[in-house]
Amino acid sequence: MSQIETFYEVMRRQGITRRSFMKYCSLTASALGLGPAFVPRIAHAMETKPRTPVIWVNGLECTCCSESFIRGAHPLAKDVVLSMISLDYSHVLMAAAGHAAEAAMAEAMETHRGNYILAVEGNPPLNEDGMFCIVGGRPFVEKLKEAAAGAKAVIAWGACASYGCVQAAKPNPTQATPIHKVITDKPIIKIPGCPPIAEVMTGVITYMLTFGRLPELDRQGRPAMFYGQRIHDKCYRRPHFDAGQFVEAWDDENARKGYCLYKMGCKGPTTYNACSTIGWNEGVSFPIQSGHGCIGCSEDGFWDQGTFYNRLTNIKQFGVEANADQVGLTAAGVVGGAVAVHAAISALKRAQKKTQDKVEG
Amino acid sequence: MASPSTNVPAHDVAPEDLASVSRQTSVYVYEAPVRIWHWVNAAAILVLIVTGYFIGSPPPSMQIGEATEQFVFGYIRFAHFAAGWVLAIGFLGRIYWAFFGNHHARQLFYVPFWSAAFWAEVWFEIRWYLFLAKEPKKYVGHNPLAQLAMFFFITLGVSFMIVTGFALYAEGAQEGSLTHDLFGWVHGLTWNSHRLHTLHHLGMWWIVIFMIIHIYVAIREDIMSRQSIVSTMISGHRTFKDDRGD
Ligand code: HEM
Ligand code: HEM
Ligand code: SF4
Ligand code: SF4
Repeated sequence: MSQIETFYEVMRRQGITRRSFMKYCSLTASALGLGPAFVPRIAHAMETKPRTPVIWVNGLECTCCSESFIRGAHPLAKDVVLSMISLDYSHVLMAAAGHAAEAAMAEAMETHRGNYILAVEGNPPLNEDGMFCIVGGRPFVEKLKEAAAGAKAVIAWGACASYGCVQAAKPNPTQATPIHKVITDKPIIKIPGCPPIAEVMTGVITYMLTFGRLPELDRQGRPAMFYGQRIHDKCYRRPHFDAGQFVEAWDDENARKGYCLYKMGCKGPTTYNACSTIGWNEGVSFPIQSGHGCIGCSEDGFWDQGTFYNRLTNIKQFGVEANADQVGLTAAGVVGGAVAVHAAISALKRAQKKTQDKVEG
Repeated sequence: MASPSTNVPAHDVAPEDLASVSRQTSVYVYEAPVRIWHWVNAAAILVLIVTGYFIGSPPPSMQIGEATEQFVFGYIRFAHFAAGWVLAIGFLGRIYWAFFGNHHARQLFYVPFWSAAFWAEVWFEIRWYLFLAKEPKKYVGHNPLAQLAMFFFITLGVSFMIVTGFALYAEGAQEGSLTHDLFGWVHGLTWNSHRLHTLHHLGMWWIVIFMIIHIYVAIREDIMSRQSIVSTMISGHRTFKDDRGD
C-alpha cells in the first residue's frame, strides 16, 4: 500500500496550493452539512490516508451520470475528486480500450481486492441470460458480480442502478434489474436521479474517502444528507402551493407569475432529492425554476406513475386506464345505483305488505 | 293517574298501547363512549373526505392577496390533518373501550369466523336484503351482516387510512419526528410515495362506499326491521316493535 499516494500528495503534485486545499475542505464540509469543526478532520484524513481506488463500471444506461459527474459545479472540487479517486477503471473516462482496458480492470481488481469501491452506472438486464447488455464480450451481469465480489462498498449511480429507470419501465422486456437485487452481500449506497446532481455525487465520494465509511443512509439506502427532504419541502414556489395559487394551464397568466405547478403534475411532493437546494448547472436553475414540474426522476419506478403532467395518475391494474377518482366514482356510482333500486323495491314490498296486512287483519 | 304496572301517565296512552308498553322492553346497547365516538368519527370522516378530495384535486386558484397573506390550500390541508388526528385518537379510544365496555363494544373488532351459527345468520340477512326472507330477525347488537361489513370497511378500512395517512404526514414532519418513527416503515413497502398517495386516495372511495350503504341501511332498517336503529345510536337504547320471538 505504501506506493499509493495520499490525496494531499496528489493535489500538491497537481499544483494545488495549500490555501486552495483548505478552501476545498471547508467547501466539502458545508456541502455535506458538517460543521466547521470537521474541516481539520477532513484535511487530516486527506493528508494521511492513501487514495481509495474506484472501479467504475457501466451497464444498461445512457451515461448521463458520468456526464453529470464531470460537470461538478466547483471546478476545484471536480478536479480534486477526480484525482482523489484513483479511477483505475472507467471505460468512459479512461484512454485505454478493448483488451487493454479489460486487463486494466482485472489488474485493479486483483491489486486492490477488498479495498476498492465499485461504482455502478446502469444496471444488468437479466433476460436471455443477460444477453441484452454485453461488455467486453460477456454479459454485464457477470462482470458486475465479479467486480462486486472484491469490493469494499458499492455505489449505485442514478435511477438505473438504484431502481431500474426507463429500461425497467413496464413491461421491461430485457428484465433490467436494480443492482441491489443482484449484489446482496455488500453495502450499497444509492444515489438516484436521472442523472444525480454532480455536487451530490462528488460530496458522497468525498465523504466515503475521508471518513472511510458510508454516510448515514435512509430506509432505501440513500444518503440522508442529500435525500432527506422532498423537492416540495424546499421549493421556492411553496408559498403559492400553501396559498392555493396554481398554474392551471401551460402558459397561462399564473404560469407567468411563477405559481405552483402542482396541478400540472409536479412530483415535487413525492420526490426526495436536493434540486431545490443545490440546483443544477452550477446552481443556475432546476426544472421547477424554469417552469416545468418535477418528474420525480430520483424515485422508484418514476416512469410507471402515469403521465408526468397529471396530479392524479392512472392506475393500470384495473385493465382500463383510470385515476383513483374515476375508479372510486364508478364504484360509488354502482353502489349508489344499487342502493336506489334496493330502496325502490323495499318501498314497493312494504306497500304490498301493508295492503296484505289490511286484507288479512 | 298513572297506571300501576307501567308508570305511563294514562292520558298519554291509548288503551291498545297499554298492553305493549307494559311488555316491550328496551335494552341498553351502545354506551355513551360508543355513541360519542360514532358521531365524532362520522364528522371526522366527513371532513377528511371533503378536504382529502381537494388535496387530490385542488379548487381553482384564488387571488385574495399576495401568497404571504393567503393560506387557502394550507387551511384545507390543515383541516385534513387535524381531522386525521381526531380520527386516529378517537379510534384508539374506541379500541380501549372494546376492552372495558360491554359485549356490543367489541363487535366492531372481530368476525366470529369459526362460528357456523354466525355464518348462518349472515346468510339469513343476505336473504332478507334480497327480499327472500319474509320477516327480519331481532338483534340486540349489530346484525351479523352489519358486523361483517363494519369489520371490513371500518376496522380494516379506517386502520388502513390511519396508517397510510400518517405515513404521508410523516413525510412533511420529516425524519426524527414522532410520526416518522411510528409510520416511516410504510415507505419501506411502497418506496415511491406517489404510490402511497394513490392507495390512500383509493381508500377514501372504500370509505365512501361504506357510508352510502351504511346510511341507507340504517334508515331502511329503522323503518322495515323490528327494532329501533337510528335512535339507538343516539340514546343507546334498542327498542323492539313487537313481542314475538326471533
Ligand atoms: C347520518 C349518518 C349516520 C347515521 C344515521 C348512522 C347510524 C348508525 C346506527 C343506527 C348505527 C347502529 C347500528 C346498529 O344498530 O347495529 C351505527 C353504527 C355505526 N356507524 Fe353509523 N351512522 C351514520 C354515519 C356514519 C358514518 C359516516 C360512519 C363512518 C364512516 C359510521 C360508522 C359507524 C360504525 C363504525 C358503527 C358501529 C359502531 C360500533 O359498533 O361502535 N356511521 N350507525
Ligand atoms: C377516512 C379517512 C381519510 C380519508 C378519506 C382521506 C382522504 C385523503 C385523500 C383523498 C387524499 C389525497 C390523496 C392524493 O391524491 O394525493 C389525502 C391526502 C393526505 N391525507 Fe388523508 N384521508 C384520511 C385519513 C387521513 C389520516 C388519518 C391522516 C393522518 C394525519 C391523513 C393524512 C393525509 C396526508 C398527509 C395527505 C397528503 C397531503 C398532501 O400531499 O399535501 N389522512 N387524504
Ligand atoms: S411547484 Fe411542485 S415542488 Fe414546488 S411547491 Fe408546487 S408542487 Fe411543490
Ligand atoms: S426536479 Fe425532480 S425530476 Fe427534476 S431533476 Fe430534480 S428530482 Fe429529477
